[in-house]
Amino acid sequence: MPEETTSPPPPPSGEPKAPAGQPISGSVQSTSEKPPATHAAPAKPTGPTPIPWDSPTVARLKSQYGSGVHEANTYLGQNYLVLDASITAEALRILRDEEQFDYCVDLTATHYPTREKQFELIWILYSFARNERIRVKTMIADGESFPSSVEIWPTTNWLEREVYDMFGIRFDGHPDLKRILLPDGWKGYPLRKDYGIIQQDQEWVQINLGIESGQ
Amino acid sequence: MTDPTAYLSHLELGEPDKTFLDSNELIINMGPQHPATHGVLRVILKLDGEKVLGTECVIGYLHRGVEKIAEHRTYTMFNPYVDRMDYVAAVSNGLGYCEAVEKLLNVQAPPRANYIRVILTELNRLASHQLWLGTHALDIGAMTPLFYTFRDREEILKIFEKYCGARLTTHAFRIGGCLYETYDGFERDVKKFLDFVPPKIDEYEELLTTNRIWLERTKNVGKISAADCKALGVTGPVLRASGVKWDIRKAQPYANYSEFDFEIPTGVNGDTYDRYMVRMEEMRQSLRIIRQAVERIPEGPIMAKVPRVMKPPVGEIYHSIEAPKGELGYFIVSDGSTQPYRVRVRPPSFVNLQALDIMVRGALVADVVAVIGTLDIVLGEVDR
Repeated sequence: MPEETTSPPPPPSGEPKAPAGQPISGSVQSTSEKPPATHAAPAKPTGPTPIPWDSPTVARLKSQYGSGVHEANTYLGQNYLVLDASITAEALRILRDEEQFDYCVDLTATHYPTREKQFELIWILYSFARNERIRVKTMIADGESFPSSVEIWPTTNWLEREVYDMFGIRFDGHPDLKRILLPDGWKGYPLRKDYGIIQQDQEWVQINLGIESGQ
Repeated sequence: MTDPTAYLSHLELGEPDKTFLDSNELIINMGPQHPATHGVLRVILKLDGEKVLGTECVIGYLHRGVEKIAEHRTYTMFNPYVDRMDYVAAVSNGLGYCEAVEKLLNVQAPPRANYIRVILTELNRLASHQLWLGTHALDIGAMTPLFYTFRDREEILKIFEKYCGARLTTHAFRIGGCLYETYDGFERDVKKFLDFVPPKIDEYEELLTTNRIWLERTKNVGKISAADCKALGVTGPVLRASGVKWDIRKAQPYANYSEFDFEIPTGVNGDTYDRYMVRMEEMRQSLRIIRQAVERIPEGPIMAKVPRVMKPPVGEIYHSIEAPKGELGYFIVSDGSTQPYRVRVRPPSFVNLQALDIMVRGALVADVVAVIGTLDIVLGEVDR
């Protein structure tokens, strides 16, 4: 058995005590900008940079769409494509039909309120035949809708509903686009950056739960 | 109205299928407070007599906004939250999250930490499968396996409790490795467990594998083809039971799974019985991995050097692991600050639950319960 001095032994009961090496409260965020001298910092603000990704898949898309392919890079060993919104739906179909990306792992979005096109849609795709993962990303503006990919991968049915529920992005041609995790009558889209962490739909809470506030 | 005697003459013709009672479609609500939905799942069933015409799942009763909370916590502070998603496999959730952040930080967990991680994660897979077996069998009407599996799962939880003080939401791992060194006698306890549990798994099999009622209730129930699984994104034992030999531990190994020797069990028919057999065999394979890990566990540090204030460089990462339920993925966007800009959890239960509809269409009401059980969903993870 290893000696006990190398690390603290488990506490006998109750909450494990937070170790000295880890922040225990939100206050640390504002305090120290530089890492302490005792710890070498492997992560510097200027981390690894994306390197261009070359592959037959990228070449095919580039020859077909030219400038529609904004970026094709590898970051930390993971390949991703940034495509123009106008060609993404078509490119997704090509990726499934001709490049064997038959499994849509996930569809999600990220909100960047300061950008002109606020929402980034991200598809994470996997190919069983090639044992390869890629991410396809595209930017769309607030209020813009995007063609549904339910016909390409049926799994995106619920995933698109979740993106709609959390970000308010509509998908054209979705068979049943409605909220999935939040109640139907809820107002607001929680994963947008302008939605506060304790914000809630007071009206909905008062009518449906019969209480003044859920907080 | 038409002639009221019309249906009577119809009855006299001896067509019991066409009586006024079962020619109507019936909408029935199941849950959210129903013992066989394993939590707060509501399923709206459209029935024709006892035949299921279609289903709709209503979820979100346990929605806590985990992804929103993540944006307001530091990387370290968010770590315990992931345990609350799939709370019967909390160790797996923690492993996926820690490894994803480690990738972003460009940190490698030390070898000894990886061994501890593999041992605990595989023990948790076993615990998760045992809980699945007990509750799934109970839903179908076999009560005894529940007592057996809970009795044996207790031994795993005891190891967790001795290791980190918690039984269920363990928070066993930290970004960069493990916080706790193994306790005195950890290896002895694990080895004792490895000798203790194989006869118990045989015991569960004795109760079920050739049981006439079990066979009737599971064979050819809730069938799903490999093509449907791929189209619907279904992963984990459900996909493997349909004949696809795919496991992230082998396909894209993480931690140090590439060092261990184990098999991926697969099924043929993709029915409830095959999924049962796949999970039973997975338990044995997990034991194989644990035995190799506990025999080879090296000495050394258990924590890599990580900065006190974690500020991963600007970038994105997707990292996924083979959780007991399927592919559990974390997509993390860093903006260079101490808090993640976005954390997306790819929950296996949520995606697998989508397959419920095509699995029960045309089946009987009683099979819905069997299929919900065989999908092995945890509502904490479905709703997040």
